[in-house]
Amino acid sequence: MRTVRTFRTAVAVAGALGVLSLTACGAAETGKSNEAGGDKTVKLTVPSWVGAQANVAVAKHILEKELGYKVKTQQMGEVLAWDALSKGDIDGILEDWGHPKEEKQYVETKKTVVKGGDLGVTGHIGWYVPKYFADKHPDVTDWKNLNKYAEEFRTAESGDKGELLEGSPDYVTNDDAIIANLKLNLKTNYAGSEAAQITAIKKYAKEKKPFLTYWWTPQWLNAQVDMVEIKLPEYKEGCDADPKKVACAYPHTPLQKFFNADFAKEGGEAAEFLKNFKWTTEQQNEVALMIAGEKMSPEAAAEKWVKENEATWKAWLPKK
Amino acid sequence: MSATVTTVSKAGTAAGDARTEDSGGLREAVRRRRKLLTGGGVLAALLVLGAVLLGGGGWPAGLTADISGPLDAANDWVVDNRDTHPLFLYFLLHLSNTATDAVDAVYQGLDALGWLGVTVAAVLVAWRAAGLGRRGLRAAVTALGAFAVCGVLGMWDATLLTIALMVVSVAVAALLGALIGLAAGLSDRVDRALRPVLDTMQVMPAFAYLLPFVLVFGTGTPAALFCTVIYAAPPMARLTALGLRGADPAALEASASLGASGLQRLWTARLPLARKQMLLGLNQTIMMALSMVVIAALVGAGGLGEEVYSALSTTDVGKAFTAGLPIVLIAVWLDRTTAAAGNGAGVPAPAGSWLHGGRAWALVAAAVAAAAAVRTATWPEAWTYDISTPVNKAQEWITANLTFTEVWAREFTLWVLNPLRDVLVWLPWWSVLLLVAAVAWLVGNWVSAVTATAAMAAIGVLGVWAKSLDTLSQVLAALVLTLVLGFLAGVLCARAGRLERWVRPLLDAMQTMPQFVYLIPVVALFGATRTSAIVAAVVYALPAVVRITTQGLREVDPAAVEASRSLGASTRQQLFGVQLPLARPALQLAVNQGVVLVLAVVVVGGLVGGGALGYDVIKGLSRGEMGLGMTAGIAIVCLGLVLDRVTQRTSRTPR
Repeated sequence: MRTVRTFRTAVAVAGALGVLSLTACGAAETGKSNEAGGDKTVKLTVPSWVGAQANVAVAKHILEKELGYKVKTQQMGEVLAWDALSKGDIDGILEDWGHPKEEKQYVETKKTVVKGGDLGVTGHIGWYVPKYFADKHPDVTDWKNLNKYAEEFRTAESGDKGELLEGSPDYVTNDDAIIANLKLNLKTNYAGSEAAQITAIKKYAKEKKPFLTYWWTPQWLNAQVDMVEIKLPEYKEGCDADPKKVACAYPHTPLQKFFNADFAKEGGEAAEFLKNFKWTTEQQNEVALMIAGEKMSPEAAAEKWVKENEATWKAWLPKK
Repeated sequence: MSATVTTVSKAGTAAGDARTEDSGGLREAVRRRRKLLTGGGVLAALLVLGAVLLGGGGWPAGLTADISGPLDAANDWVVDNRDTHPLFLYFLLHLSNTATDAVDAVYQGLDALGWLGVTVAAVLVAWRAAGLGRRGLRAAVTALGAFAVCGVLGMWDATLLTIALMVVSVAVAALLGALIGLAAGLSDRVDRALRPVLDTMQVMPAFAYLLPFVLVFGTGTPAALFCTVIYAAPPMARLTALGLRGADPAALEASASLGASGLQRLWTARLPLARKQMLLGLNQTIMMALSMVVIAALVGAGGLGEEVYSALSTTDVGKAFTAGLPIVLIAVWLDRTTAAAGNGAGVPAPAGSWLHGGRAWALVAAAVAAAAAVRTATWPEAWTYDISTPVNKAQEWITANLTFTEVWAREFTLWVLNPLRDVLVWLPWWSVLLLVAAVAWLVGNWVSAVTATAAMAAIGVLGVWAKSLDTLSQVLAALVLTLVLGFLAGVLCARAGRLERWVRPLLDAMQTMPQFVYLIPVVALFGATRTSAIVAAVVYALPAVVRITTQGLREVDPAAVEASRSLGASTRQQLFGVQLPLARPALQLAVNQGVVLVLAVVVVGGLVGGGALGYDVIKGLSRGEMGLGMTAGIAIVCLGLVLDRVTQRTSRTPR
């Protein structure tokens, strides 16, 4: 009885393994798209922040309406997007804030990703306080005076120190090192997502409470909540080389485009168009604000912008 | 078993175990007291010894082993060899491509049916599966309502993509679960070997293994599919095994004596007898798979999850809610249908009806074919209605008018969370281990004590001791809140039947609505703080606790309650003197489930300011830092094992 049962289990297990190994009889296609519901299309990643969504929405609109492509967009984390770009799961990243490690691995070593030039927008990360607070205490904008105001930024989370509100873990931050190295009486509080951070900022702003936050431009919320940047020790090339010893501000980063190597070579008009795609911070903000502030759908916002700015985007189209 | 949208898959087993144990009676109580005394004595002695020998403080740095280095190395190896190594070319990529093709095929099929075809199919299948008649009618109306609302909300395409992913992942998970359950149901040895594996899978938050899957399969459908399968398969396996083991021995004996061979017996007696349990397993599997929809979107699965996720970037609660509601509705539709099918199993079709068996199925197929022949495409744009603006308005009104929440959050953090965390971190590491061992031994047996202590020690070895204790303090606070609220609501529901019926859709929604939808309102009310994380956890874990409590109180022997009433006990006395003590096994199960569920949302808590382990997992996932993410993920699993062992009563004493 017992042996019969063992035998039967063994047969069942062997059967299951057999089915699995049947699928493994030949080498699989490696470049196959991992996307359900798509055919021959341009695939772009949609990062989680609105500015980058504006890029994608406008590019998508023009690719579909003017060049006759089908555009698939996929939302994912930044580093995951790099990985997907290398595998060919997506064709392009339109806005990258600097990922030196990935750039080295994929662009230089594996050569599966190529640079796509400037987006035209300059990004900058920094520490910000609301304007209503800076107006009352103008000297707060110098980092040397931050300890004086630390008490004002105190919350239940930060205990007896001032709170520095942080955002999504996706974004580059040296703040813990900066605080330690500048001997500031502050403590980081990780909101954990951009949505949570924005909601928290809006909440503070509504009650006109003082707050100190890790923040960046371009960002659509800047049009709704006026914020002033704190002057940290000036950024110099290489001062952020050792992550533990950073004691300086963040650089001004010209945001970059990156493409899958095969797409850049064989992507035809779509690749050429995306390489030409370049606009200003103001233009991006205009679309971003329509999406986030007026709660228009990205498609509608892109359509409106494209209609009003024909001269700008005509220059991006491939020369015939 | 009632038709509930619940992830309580252990309910059947654990409640059964606990009930048999109760008959132990007085001897059991005496044994317990003696155990308590010895345990206390040994603990006190060890505490003194530890204080003298080991001193205080957190986990000693010398006893840690950093595993993030090798993990990061493995990460790089996979990235470098993904396109060339035979393991990928000849095996994993096949899996990945098959997964994509399967989901794509189902999606194309649904798309070709058109909205009329899909709706007709859903309604009629619900009607037939729920057993025709009145019950079938109710399931059919639910299905119709669910699909109509999905269409009206303008979420038709996203809903179809989500359903396609669900169909494939539930099919694979159910098959896998049934096979494992079959093995565990037929062989004691397999059962013993699998039990700890299934236990671990149950406490493991999905975020913890999202990362390796993304690494191997890349972002997109395959990674999402496989994660969902892993998450959803255990209840099917557990309940299949339970059904096979619980089969009436008399029926099996009868079948054996009629000369049936082993295989025949399996097909004609054991499996049919286990059918009800297996359908319950399927029901649980579907619910667990659905709860993964948004998490799957984090790795690029598309569908409703992506809609919710993208609404977050503009902090658009209305849009997130619009996408979250279809998820709830699909859950309710599938739950009611499978639960009605499970309840109806074995009940003969209404006598004299010509509509039974194959004929009804043929009718369903014919009607679907006819509806598909109409060739409707996607849901017509004109029939949609945008609810996001009113929802946003309501949200703003609530957050503007409920100002006391912030004060509460502040006081709660200052007077409960901070002291709790500080005490836990201050406790010498060895005393935490001893405490865990003692509690696990008192609640369970020495096996659970050893498991729990080993898991706690593993956390220390991983080098995330302080962070884990921070998370633990949040989990404990959330658990206490959940239990207080859950027991209160459960008692109320058990006493007033009408209230329960009224609350049920709310509980369903709380459990299946993706937490991402209410993240923003929660932050707007409580700020980006640990309190927000705790509120999210309480909302998620509360329904299960309420349900188990209600059911436990209901199942108390009415004769006992009647007896106490005739002896002149007041309502209060009846409740505290009779009902609650008799429902103790159910209450203990509620505690255990509460722990598991609260822990499951720790990672989500990291998104709203919970920090600690949850934040590390998200950071690891979104930045591709395998070492950081996996270490935190493993620590959460260990924490889950500890909490599970110290709350789960086992009647299995090792022999």
